[in-house]
Amino acid sequence: MFIKDTLTQAYGAIRAQRLRAALIILAMSIGVASVTVLTALGESARSYIVNEFEALGTHLVIVLPGRSETTGGHPPLFGETPRDLTLDDADALFRSHHIAAIAPLTIGSAPVSAQGLERETNIFGSTHALRRVRHLTMAQGSFLPEMDVDKAMPVCVIGQTIREELFVDQPALGQWLRINDRRFRVVGVLASEGQSIGVDFDEMVIIPVASAQALFDTHSLFRILIETKSKESMYKAIDEIKSIIKARHEGEDDITIITQDSVVSTFDKILTALTLTVVSIAGISLVVAGVLVMNVMLVSVTQRTAEVGLLKALGATKRQLHWLFLTEAAMLSLAGALLGVLLGQVTIATLEAVYPDFPIQSPGWALLAALGVSLFTGLVFGVLPARKAAQLDPVAALSKR
Amino acid sequence: MIQLENIHRYFQVGEQSVHALNDITIAINKGEYVSVMGPSGSGKSTLLNVIALLDKPSSGRYLLNKLDVTQRTDDELAKVRRENIGFVFQFFHVIPRLTAAENIEMPMILAGIEVKERKQRVAQALASVNLQDRASHRPDQLSGGQLQRVAIARAMIMQPEILLADEPTGNLDSKSGMEIIELLEGLNQQGVTLMIITHDQTVGNRALRKIRIVDGQIAK
Ligand SMILES: Nc1ncnc2c1ncn2[C@@H]1O[C@H](COP(=O)(O)OP(=O)(O)O)[C@@H](O)[C@H]1O
Ligand SMILES: [Mg+2]
Repeated sequence: MFIKDTLTQAYGAIRAQRLRAALIILAMSIGVASVTVLTALGESARSYIVNEFEALGTHLVIVLPGRSETTGGHPPLFGETPRDLTLDDADALFRSHHIAAIAPLTIGSAPVSAQGLERETNIFGSTHALRRVRHLTMAQGSFLPEMDVDKAMPVCVIGQTIREELFVDQPALGQWLRINDRRFRVVGVLASEGQSIGVDFDEMVIIPVASAQALFDTHSLFRILIETKSKESMYKAIDEIKSIIKARHEGEDDITIITQDSVVSTFDKILTALTLTVVSIAGISLVVAGVLVMNVMLVSVTQRTAEVGLLKALGATKRQLHWLFLTEAAMLSLAGALLGVLLGQVTIATLEAVYPDFPIQSPGWALLAALGVSLFTGLVFGVLPARKAAQLDPVAALSKR
Repeated sequence: MIQLENIHRYFQVGEQSVHALNDITIAINKGEYVSVMGPSGSGKSTLLNVIALLDKPSSGRYLLNKLDVTQRTDDELAKVRRENIGFVFQFFHVIPRLTAAENIEMPMILAGIEVKERKQRVAQALASVNLQDRASHRPDQLSGGQLQRVAIARAMIMQPEILLADEPTGNLDSKSGMEIIELLEGLNQQGVTLMIITHDQTVGNRALRKIRIVDGQIAK
């Protein structure tokens, strides 16, 4: 028997029972559609978040004071820090050859005012290296100038929101800005970052780190942001950072190092697990569809007992009957899968239209997997009915009219 | 060409064992015309099913063209059946969704014959049973006599040497029944070995050799 004939015969049998075919295809397509849509959603959420983090730089290393006991790498938010990180610590890190840039960071909150307008906002004390490390872009002017880290210079860089609120329509560049009772000249305005994970630079005023330390009357750093020379040198850099600081802190390992990498991979893992969970739940609908295929095919075999008996009498082998019924199940499943993929794409397109900000992409592997799985389900659940047909005793089958 | 030696066939129905064929020994030669008659339940159909390789005897030996076919697998039997035996049923047994031509074509599809040759042979077969103009009719558009002619064309499409018919006229009026018998006899005249089960005396008496079965045994 030729493959083409098997296909034609199976197709003929499907066409003869349209309602049955429609039901199976519908069930299968709902299963496949939900799997593809949910994978697309999960996958998009994952890549959205991972991308956001990666935009911050993949070879970013963050040093913060205090030893965190948990190995996951989250910063200790509360608790005493045994030894402060200082500007000298940051300076000492330049001894490592794997480090490209170091941006020490002091933060605080203070009222800022200009031309009679005032608001409370976050102040970042850092160096010109911050721009490189955090990939900041300027809308106007320039970033903090290169200078000695311990020099307090009265200049500042402001975010877009601050510019709008304090300077309204007037040019901000070159104007004076008062923070507490100190004056700083605006040398640059940051370009708007849009929605970004982490810090909102739009509401930020950045001043030299020494100025910030004077302003908040502190010698400690909030953290040190470090860009390593390459992703590969990151681990060497981390080891060197540890040993340099340890030597400076009387042999105590009292810092925590977070890599962008570890954060990204943690999120990656969590979201992948989440996606898989949701997709497995959707996968249940595929199994249900498979059971339906089996059920309907079994009924079909029973209804067509006489036909099967006849085919046997006409010289059909078990193998041929097997393939005839399997092909039928496979065709139905495949049709369902294709319709399901289509349905899934329509749903995704609709979601994209409704939420244009959230980029949804359905990964190609998910489509293939959905097609494969549904075909597999169809075949697996088609085997039993096909076996039943192949095993029928022709005499008994024919005696039924 | 058909040799049955001490064939027994038992059916187990619950506790009871039915002895449907009881020590059947017959030989049928190539080109013979045989009728099988006997009361209902006497084992006629069972005998024909055994000869058609649709059913396996409980014991005994069956030689088809001098080859022992008692110890073969189902699939081997399917092949032997496909090439050697045509079968016509009382209830026609045509596939309702297929046209007359497609029904006739089916054995060739199973045998893996090329499409071109199939079409040719189907056209010839339709002509030989006088149904040229019914090729694309479905079973529900055909009369009983026409359906049985489709079944005969289908049985003969693989050009078997043996044609078995289990009450082929049982569901037909006497006129179309007679047409069917004449058609079958025509095939016999072309050399096909013909075996017909019938209830109808007049039909049975037309055969040169008449076998009578009572209680699973051949009556003299
Ligand atoms: N599949 C079966 N299971 C049980 N008993 C059967 C089966 N087929 C036939 N028989 C029994 O075998 C006997 C012969 O049946 P059958 O050959 O059909 O008779 P006939 O065709 O002469 O009317 C009957 O008693 C029948 O009940
Ligand atoms: Mg009978």
